[in-house]
Amino acid sequence: MNNAQSHCSCCQQDGMEPFAELDQAIDLYRDKEGNLIQILHIAQELYGHLSLELQEYIATALNKPLSEVSGVVTFYSFFSTTPRGEHTIRVCLGTACYVRGGKKIVDALQKTLGVDIGGTTEDGKFTFEVARCIGACGLAPAMMIDDVVYKQVNINKLDAILSQY
Amino acid sequence: MKHITINGKAYEVEDGLTIIEAAKRNGIQIPSLCYLEGVHEFGSCRICVVEVEGAKTLVPSCMTKVSEGMVIHTNSERVRRARKVLYELLLSDHSKDCLSCKRNQSCELQALGKQLGVEATRFEGSRSECVIDMSTSITRDMSKCILCRRCVTACNEVQGVGVINAQNRGFKTVIGPAMELPLGTVNCAFCGQCTVVCPVGALKETDSIQAVWEAINDKNKRVIVQTAPAIRVAIGEEFGNEPGSRVTGKLAAALRRLGFDDVFDTNFTADLTILEEGTELLSRVKSALTGGEAVLPMITSCSPGWIKYVEHTYPDSLAHLSTCKSPHTMLGALAKSYYAGKIHREPKDIFVVSIMPCTAKKSEIIRPEMTNDGLPNVDAVLTTRELANMIKEMGIDFNSLPDEEFDNPLGMSTGAADIFGLTGGVMEAALRTVYELVTGRELPFDGLHVTPIVGLDQVKEAAVTIEHPLPDYAFLDNVTVRVAVTSGLSGAHQLMERVADGTSPYHFIEVMGCPGGCIMGGGQPRSDDPDVRTKRLRGLYTEDEAKVMRKSHENPYIKALYAEYLEHPNGHKSHELLHTHYVRRGQFNELTQERFDLGVRSVEKKRDTIAAQAAAEAVAKAESKAHEELESVRVLALEAENTRLKAELADVTETVGFFKSVIADYASRDR
Repeated sequence: MNNAQSHCSCCQQDGMEPFAELDQAIDLYRDKEGNLIQILHIAQELYGHLSLELQEYIATALNKPLSEVSGVVTFYSFFSTTPRGEHTIRVCLGTACYVRGGKKIVDALQKTLGVDIGGTTEDGKFTFEVARCIGACGLAPAMMIDDVVYKQVNINKLDAILSQY
Repeated sequence: MKHITINGKAYEVEDGLTIIEAAKRNGIQIPSLCYLEGVHEFGSCRICVVEVEGAKTLVPSCMTKVSEGMVIHTNSERVRRARKVLYELLLSDHSKDCLSCKRNQSCELQALGKQLGVEATRFEGSRSECVIDMSTSITRDMSKCILCRRCVTACNEVQGVGVINAQNRGFKTVIGPAMELPLGTVNCAFCGQCTVVCPVGALKETDSIQAVWEAINDKNKRVIVQTAPAIRVAIGEEFGNEPGSRVTGKLAAALRRLGFDDVFDTNFTADLTILEEGTELLSRVKSALTGGEAVLPMITSCSPGWIKYVEHTYPDSLAHLSTCKSPHTMLGALAKSYYAGKIHREPKDIFVVSIMPCTAKKSEIIRPEMTNDGLPNVDAVLTTRELANMIKEMGIDFNSLPDEEFDNPLGMSTGAADIFGLTGGVMEAALRTVYELVTGRELPFDGLHVTPIVGLDQVKEAAVTIEHPLPDYAFLDNVTVRVAVTSGLSGAHQLMERVADGTSPYHFIEVMGCPGGCIMGGGQPRSDDPDVRTKRLRGLYTEDEAKVMRKSHENPYIKALYAEYLEHPNGHKSHELLHTHYVRRGQFNELTQERFDLGVRSVEKKRDTIAAQAAAEAVAKAESKAHEELESVRVLALEAENTRLKAELADVTETVGFFKSVIADYASRDR
């Protein structure tokens, strides 16, 4: 007495295909409590940022409301919803770096790169962020580009540092 | 039982109660704001804090359970001072345009300030941005939001839709759809349950009052009003009456005094719906039982919130929905055709206003399917609350109005139509008519009430076996018709899962989008009476029982309508005017153009093209790296697990060693 088809065909939609690699991670964590954050981490690792489409894909796979997924994504500063640059610059604004001139570096970089904190340069090269202490207080003021720490930075050294990338 | 002391007096209270409940049962009121008994006990506003002796901090009384010997102070100096500070902090990020706010004098935050005796606002600082998101049904003003999260509970827990949640963090927190998308672009059903629980003016129906005044003032317009069944047992509350008070006559009188030219009753087309929908059901069942193709169970289609939900969530199951339009759009369609002919007016000069307990109906009327000859069936929808505002604005003393009747030919109804406003009502009304059409006998239930589907349970079911049908319906002999009823979208979800996977045992399902049915719709008066549902339910059943005619097919004006105009149920004219089709929307609205039209995706797309090259490269790189990286993540996870297990093993070995040495020690001592 029923000829209904199965519902929810969204996973097969064209826009969803590119995220197929994530399925393994989703399967791995499917029934674990607090799995959303783990999966979001892996998704960001794989695709660079958590676009709306990617969040929709995850919400569908985990059978959670999209607003809940987005709620977690926008809560944690580690997650990014916009494409990130090739390299990430993190200027330390921990207490030691702050008093030794970290803020000046931030101001100078904002001008040089032409982006605000959290922004990505137009050429897609750098994403600019600040960090709250990177544990290198002896090297203050410090900044990182990807995994490399630059010590005792001052605004005159910035061009030389950036030109390496 | 637990023995507790509140404010120096000893009480014996039931186990498992929270402090606020225990206090309330003993006549002690603890001021609260976000707390909604049995629905939202979340502790987000902290206003209900009390002092518990021995506890380090003040505790929220809505979340703390009583324990044996607990000594509680609900109104000590410390508690009162804390409440005031908390209140002032809430006010510090609240737009204080109270005098011109829709919730002025019906605002829970305002009332609380008065109760707490707050006369100063000491904390001024940054304010949340005023972003107004106006969808066709619901308007959100986040500068008024106090983050109590009642709406989040209503949307996620009560309705199970989950379209709004907290986004961002700290001061930037807003309650809204994912990525702060506008409500109109996501899978919101527009049920409006969030607008009922909002304590302030942050969530409300999108205003239609202005458009209605303009139409009334337009001399060239014939303005027709109709009112849904659930209004007559709820609007009285706005004028100080007990919930469930039946004010049908005064309602008709008030509408006339507001200046409407014709005062019709949606009940009339509720009766009509029964004939159309009942006929549709019989033809589907007949087809199924005689070897034809038919989609069963058939599901009711009166509730536009439910319709939008199913279009989003089960786009492949739309054939189960009855093709009947909702009763008020049927009335609108008839007003601009059948009735227009009778009064010799052009359909374009007729303006139809529906008074509805519903916010979803505001969106329903702008659907392209709800038009005939290029004209919308209904031009404006007012909620019960909006109508009450208009009556007050007009200076009408509602309670001293005389009882008046609705106008004909679209105003008379049977008792079956009244119960359309409550869960189980459409089903009962349909069974009353269908059973009698098929067997020639009255439905065999006491007082015509189908007892198993009466009441406020989330999912109800009933079975009626047809014996000795009339010759035309011989195919139904000894057939047991199985029906189910649910209200609220989370109940609908339970039934739909089985419909979608083909295992639903029912022939006919009634779904209403709001828990309890239209009597508890998103446009109904906000009530603090815990028994409001039962009272309104009782009110509508009484309205039904008070009528001489209680079966839709007995309505003489319905008979006349078919004789003069429509010919017969499900006929050609009916299909043109009274039936509709549905739209596949998809879980994220991805199957419609709406999101693209409103520019949500296009913004993303534009940004993507700017960084196109870099992105393309990155994608290629990511794809090639993907498996490798995922593999490395898994290896890392496994390694971490391995290290943890090794450490655990070492611990256990050490413990075992320790015990061994202790045993050895004892053994040697014994010797």
